[in-house]
Amino acid sequence: MANLQEKPTSSSRPKLNFGSKWDYAPAPESTAVVDIAPEYGQFIAGEFVPPSSGQTFETINPATEEVLSRVARGCQADVDKAVTAARAAYEGTWSKISAPDRGKYLYRIARLIQDRSREFAVLESMDGGKPIKESRDVDIPLVAQHFFYHAGWADKLEYAFPNQTVSSLGVAGQIIPWNFPLLMAAWKIAPALACGNTVVLKPAETTPLTALLLAKVIQEADLPPGVVNVVTGDGEAGAALASHPGLDKVAFTGSTEVGKAIRRSAKTRNVTLELGGKAANIIFEDAPIDQAVEGIINGIYFNQGHVCCAGSRLLVQESVHDEVVQKLSDRIATLRVGDPLDKNTDIGAINSREQYDRICSLVEAGKAEGAEFHQSDVPVPGKGFFFAPAYFTGVAQSHRIAQEEIFGPVLSIMTFRTPDEAVAKANNTKYGLSAGIWTDKGSRIFKMLSKMNAGVVWANTFNKFDPSSPFGGYKESGWGREGGAQGLGAYLEVK
Amino acid sequence: MRLNVIKTYKLYVGGKFIRSESGYTIERHSKDGEFLGHACKGSRKDLRDAVKAARSAQAGWAGKTAYNRGQILYRIGEMLEARSEEFAELMHAESGASLEECLKEVETAVDRCVYYAGWTDKLDSVIGTVNPVAGPFFGFSVPEPTGVVGIVADPSTALIGMLSQVLPVISTGNTCVVLPADDYPLTASEFGEILSTSDVPGGVVNILGGVQEPLNPHLAKHMDVNAISLSNAAADTEDLYVSEGAENLKRIRSGEADWMQPDAHSLSEIQKFVETKSVWHPVEA
Repeated sequence: MANLQEKPTSSSRPKLNFGSKWDYAPAPESTAVVDIAPEYGQFIAGEFVPPSSGQTFETINPATEEVLSRVARGCQADVDKAVTAARAAYEGTWSKISAPDRGKYLYRIARLIQDRSREFAVLESMDGGKPIKESRDVDIPLVAQHFFYHAGWADKLEYAFPNQTVSSLGVAGQIIPWNFPLLMAAWKIAPALACGNTVVLKPAETTPLTALLLAKVIQEADLPPGVVNVVTGDGEAGAALASHPGLDKVAFTGSTEVGKAIRRSAKTRNVTLELGGKAANIIFEDAPIDQAVEGIINGIYFNQGHVCCAGSRLLVQESVHDEVVQKLSDRIATLRVGDPLDKNTDIGAINSREQYDRICSLVEAGKAEGAEFHQSDVPVPGKGFFFAPAYFTGVAQSHRIAQEEIFGPVLSIMTFRTPDEAVAKANNTKYGLSAGIWTDKGSRIFKMLSKMNAGVVWANTFNKFDPSSPFGGYKESGWGREGGAQGLGAYLEVK
Repeated sequence: MRLNVIKTYKLYVGGKFIRSESGYTIERHSKDGEFLGHACKGSRKDLRDAVKAARSAQAGWAGKTAYNRGQILYRIGEMLEARSEEFAELMHAESGASLEECLKEVETAVDRCVYYAGWTDKLDSVIGTVNPVAGPFFGFSVPEPTGVVGIVADPSTALIGMLSQVLPVISTGNTCVVLPADDYPLTASEFGEILSTSDVPGGVVNILGGVQEPLNPHLAKHMDVNAISLSNAAADTEDLYVSEGAENLKRIRSGEADWMQPDAHSLSEIQKFVETKSVWHPVEA
């Protein structure tokens, strides 16, 4: 039915201005709670040890570009040591202690993380640039929950695989990204340990500090030495770990390109990958539009858009396109960009200069290919890497900004007329990590969700995570799941 | 004495029995040297056509009810049982194994159909979950078919290996393209006849023929194939599928198996070709 009400257009009413009219007093979270050492070694066999090469590298605060600390640059020799330590721990202690005791260690770690949660949150925001309200209210609580959840699985694994026998694999090499540094460490370490494996973790080059603090917590928890090892470094350390012959398992979260290389170079065939995405967020005309706009905001601007499952392709039913875009435009004008440690900040710092440049280059490609660029004129700090929330309209399926991961706060908006067209456009990607559906019609939700080639489908919500909900991709978004009973399969041999 | 009619064996693609577009065939003889027929030699083009047929059939097959798919798998068993002697004779001629052994293999194959037929409408209940998420949301996870699967048939058996690879794959709604074992192309073609009379929709199982080796790199690289099933494959074949298949992250099943064992079937064979989809919806406050 035609909507006879006149829709608001940008020309028919005054432009809302939030960015410069409303001043917010600064509300920075104190950094007194963190104690950053000038230099960090690697965590191998329960001790912090200097790198074999003697080399270190800087880790900076992307919001200020100031150096926070120097971290060991791991190389092949360090990876060898860490794998040897993990093997010794697997054979010497971890495979011998009882399953309930494995669980108790994980419960301990969960509790210690909760005890130090503010410290973790502040450190995460300093090293990675994410707003404190996200690290404090999303990342760190999920980290603790992830350990707590998996602790309980340790002595119940056989319930997850009815009528089959399960056994641990051995040593797992785990390589994680910079967008959710500690959360990804938890997603990797907690299930691996619950299933009886030992691990060597390689945190991302730009965000090693919370993984090193986690190593300290693991020391406090008195976990047997070598059960968890942390080797810091760049791609060289990552490649050395991924292809190490001493591993029984490789788990990687990161880009699709690196994921494919890891699959090829891994000596073990047991590889799980959680890779890129270009999720469709589909808004039907009968959706509660105001809620949907909040879902769009959460879908693409959460964590500066550094989210593999971000709702980066907005598919709006043609009849509500103008209304949705107007509301989105109004809404992003209210998003505050700036100091990640400020409790009012909505969008923090882009994680690194490299990522900032990549976002800019894809934005330029979008403009060059003919899409129309819109960006909030909210003021951004002069120092550090910041990118005001933005979106493209008039995007075609073939545009790079519709096919490639921008991994930043930039949304690509397209339209559709029928549900079938929405399905075809949503699935027109090599990725298959997530999708969003907004409609008031229950039967349509079920039809749509069954047709999405995606590992996670959010209906009338977006970007929700829980350790009990398996997460992972279809197609080139990877394989294997993290979380839930299904996620345990990544760290067990099931017969 | 009546002059008998010798069968023309063909490829089975998109529900049709077709000759290879290449026009090439391979002469097949029994171990005693008796001429059995010509096997079509599937080409790269045949492979591409077969993948296309499999892709076209996939959504429709996955969209059938689990009960319906179960009945169709059971129907494969019915057809096989009815033609077991005829089948065993062809296998006997092609493989040289005793007629008794071949009959045993067909019987095991029938039982395998029955086993997997029973899984179709139970899988979701057994491996699907309701997720007790810590928030006002209802969450659940269900298995879904991976898509199009390339099946490099077990080289060591005429029927049971190939069938044991195909059944778990199609039980959940995947479709497949089969490269039959080099030594048993006629049995594979004959199996196509079973499928075509079992209510299996055209394109769900596509059976090529000829020689696996030249087709392996093309199947491994095909960007519209989502997964590969290998069984008792040579190490270098597996390496090829792992390295080339990485380009679109093909899921790969491999390993050694003795498919004649009565219990050489399992839920885990099905699980290798399903994806988990997790769904969230808010619960009103």
